[in-house]
Amino acid sequence: MSASEEKAKEVSAEAAGHGADTSKEQNTTGIVFIFFVVGLAASLLAGWIVFPKVLYSQKQQPFDFNHQSHMEMVDNGCQSCHFFREDGTFSGAPKLAQCIDCHEYVQGGSEDETIFVEQYVANYHEVPWLIYAKQPPCVFFSHAAHVNGAGMDCGTCHGDIGNSTSLPVYEYNVITSYSRNIWGKNIAGFKKNTWDRMKMDDCSECHQKNDVKQYSVQTEKGACFVCHK
Amino acid sequence: MKLSRRCFLSFAVGAAAGINLTPLPWKLTDDLSIWTQMWPWTPVPPDGEYTFENTVCTLCPGGCGISVRKVDQRAVKIEGMKEHPVNNGGICVLGASGLQYLYGPFRVESPMKRVGNRGEGKWKKISWERAIAEVSEKLGEIRASGSPEKIAVISGNREGTIAGLWKRFLNVYGSPNFMTPASIEDSYEAALYLMQGAKGSVGIDLENANFVLSFGAGLLEGWGSPVRMFQASVKVREKGKVIQFEPRLSNTAAKVDKWVPIIPGTEAALAMAIAHVIIREKRYVKNFVDTATSGFKAYQDIVIKDYSPEQVAEITGVPESLIVEIAREFAEASKPVAICGRGEGRIPGNVHEIMAVLALNALVGNINSEGGIWSVPKPGYINWPDPDLDENALAGLQKGRVDSAGSEQYPFAKSLLDLFPKMINEEKSYGIEALLVSNANPLFTMPDNESVRKAFSKIPCIISFSSFMDETAQFADLILPNHIYLERYEDVSTPCMFQKPMLSLAKPVVKPEHDTMHTGDVIIKLAAAIGGSIADAFAWDSYEACLKETLGNQWDVLKKQVVKVDYGFAPNPWAYESKTGKMEFVATAINKSPDSIIGIPHYEDNGIEGEAGNYILIPYDTMSLSTGYAASTPYMLKIVSDKVLYHEDTVIQVNPETALELGLNEGSYAVLATAVGEARVKVTLYDGIMPNVIAMPSGLGHTGYDDYMGNGKGVNINQVLGTVEDPVTGLNAAWGIRAKLTKA
Repeated sequence: MSASEEKAKEVSAEAAGHGADTSKEQNTTGIVFIFFVVGLAASLLAGWIVFPKVLYSQKQQPFDFNHQSHMEMVDNGCQSCHFFREDGTFSGAPKLAQCIDCHEYVQGGSEDETIFVEQYVANYHEVPWLIYAKQPPCVFFSHAAHVNGAGMDCGTCHGDIGNSTSLPVYEYNVITSYSRNIWGKNIAGFKKNTWDRMKMDDCSECHQKNDVKQYSVQTEKGACFVCHK
Repeated sequence: MKLSRRCFLSFAVGAAAGINLTPLPWKLTDDLSIWTQMWPWTPVPPDGEYTFENTVCTLCPGGCGISVRKVDQRAVKIEGMKEHPVNNGGICVLGASGLQYLYGPFRVESPMKRVGNRGEGKWKKISWERAIAEVSEKLGEIRASGSPEKIAVISGNREGTIAGLWKRFLNVYGSPNFMTPASIEDSYEAALYLMQGAKGSVGIDLENANFVLSFGAGLLEGWGSPVRMFQASVKVREKGKVIQFEPRLSNTAAKVDKWVPIIPGTEAALAMAIAHVIIREKRYVKNFVDTATSGFKAYQDIVIKDYSPEQVAEITGVPESLIVEIAREFAEASKPVAICGRGEGRIPGNVHEIMAVLALNALVGNINSEGGIWSVPKPGYINWPDPDLDENALAGLQKGRVDSAGSEQYPFAKSLLDLFPKMINEEKSYGIEALLVSNANPLFTMPDNESVRKAFSKIPCIISFSSFMDETAQFADLILPNHIYLERYEDVSTPCMFQKPMLSLAKPVVKPEHDTMHTGDVIIKLAAAIGGSIADAFAWDSYEACLKETLGNQWDVLKKQVVKVDYGFAPNPWAYESKTGKMEFVATAINKSPDSIIGIPHYEDNGIEGEAGNYILIPYDTMSLSTGYAASTPYMLKIVSDKVLYHEDTVIQVNPETALELGLNEGSYAVLATAVGEARVKVTLYDGIMPNVIAMPSGLGHTGYDDYMGNGKGVNINQVLGTVEDPVTGLNAAWGIRAKLTKA
């Protein structure tokens, strides 16, 4: 058989089978589409459900703390413990010196109180609290400007933590090691309340809305330099 | 169902489309960008409460007030203390980088005992109890052998309670050998004593002067209290003028109004020539000279006979007309003052030179008056009861000092540390069995290093109290590390060249970083361990208790405000403590015969070591290098010019003319050889130095500490510098040394 004859035979065979395979092809398209949908669903699942679980890890606070019961006992709200120092800087999480007056000895039967007094107060070791709202060191943030200057409530950024009876779980980003509270609980970055997120966009949103001076007080430079000195 | 390639691709497309509908890529991009911009392993200093605590810097004798900035309890910065009488908010580079001593890895972290050979660097950590027991046993043995004089203390503290405790310890123990590193202050004090009978320290009221003749004093190189001198020289220049006589265009010479190059070592002759013009033209303050001084006639005769500007022009190389012009300007100024002491004044110098300069001040009537030279009484707050001395102690104290200070030859000297190695090496005195070194690093700072090392090798027991692994600590047998200055209490009396009596209190601003102990406490514990009359003399529980008791009601004041100055103090220009009650142009204390000129200011070429005809090597100082017990910090070494230190090599300054003679070019290597030693150096050509004179920086070439503190960086100038005894005081008067320079 010559080469040309062989070719002609192949062409005729293809022509004969064409009509019969149409239904089979539709079937294949379906399967292919199913694969598309499976791929789509798998990655949606991975992106929305698995990814946040992998991205964030949890750490235990040294012991639990009840903000509400303390709020009932103080006169000056949040600032009774989270106060401004004389030089205007913000004290952040309270130090032992503030707690020791009341907590020199174990009071009540709570396990957390026992841990606090026995492990920290007795040895005068500061409690290594994990700070939910800790901004990275490249950010210059002044509590005084916001609370004393602009008269904002603590809750605007921190939510109603003052009425909580126990501490939320501390989660942190395994890549950046930032607290999850910076990006917010919603992995898509959506927020309902002003205190849901603390990213740069959230700061600038409020600054723009309220027409805050768009330059740094210290350096008199604008834009990025308002917060990044 | 067969999984085709199309199925797989479809799955992949679906997955790709799906992933873009999730936050994953966007969140991951954000996180990765944060991660790369802020590596989590980059250390971030913890935030906290910012506080400032004021104390005194004791790294040099300047006595500046400092404010230590702390975040919570961690010291993070040192600034000058605002409104402090000495430095008024200013700070020098050494003071500013002081935290590197606090956190440096070169600290001695606990008591150490040598286990290898001396200087080998093999140590064993021991407890404080053991360290104190070992030292007290050793000292007890020496005392029991009947030769208590055979221990000596080298103390960086000249005054105050630490020096007081050491002296008291030696006294009850039975040794007269309390030695301190000497400086220009010692020579100034000797000159003040000889001419005025004053037993105090010298103060220069520079802030109120308006015309300063500086005979080599490095006002911008660390002379006196460095920060104060920076500020005061600016003040003077706002009102008047500063003229600098110096063989080299130093920073001071470059910044003042006029630089007059002078042949090194001839400053006294120039001072005498200026006096000649002032006396010849009757421009001196007659009222003061007639009423408040004695011996003017004898001085005048010498000045007129031997020091005409013409004669002196030849000695000093300063043109005659310039001498006359400067003398006239000096005499006409309303508040003129003349000062001396080369560079930072590390070398005590010739007492006749200081007397010549003091005499010049007397001619313009500024002794003890505004803008002039004051004698400031020593603070009298240490009033401890005299201790009971046992027979052993009394016998030891009779033996005389190992360094010959206070001997017939040198009756005015309190301490002659620079003579100590010579006395030991040449066996001119009894040997020393135990040497205690506190707050000093003689193996680095003393001239003729090699002979110091040789002398130290002959001492069977060396105990260092240094906070750092410096050269002396390295060579010691035991180290009992002191707290560093930021961790301890210490009283600081009137700083070098300060004109009003002053008392400051250095206090701990941070907790000790390591297992160190205050040397004051160690002395008290040692005394208790030795027992007997020695223990009885130290009844205090601790150094803090001792200091508190000593300062009395000043303790609370000083703890609060750090410093106390007697602002109302003004010395009397018309009455002196000398035998004649006058300011003596002829010091009667030493001028026993009328033919002698030893008590009269004059110029005398008392020579320097080396063969005539060689080049003259002079040391120079710079603010960016520390030459004393406190070594230059890593921050300081970063700012040293490559004309001073080029990589590992010391750079010497040579006049282009001299270099041409020697066939040396910019950057050539050369060997510098003196009678004392030799060093390989790099050459830089400098028009700002006289031909035939070579200048070499001091403060380089450490071998203790660590690489960051300048180990192996340059050579220590003390390897090539020698000493010359001043004929009156016995202090080192070597302003330089003759040297050979050959191309390497």
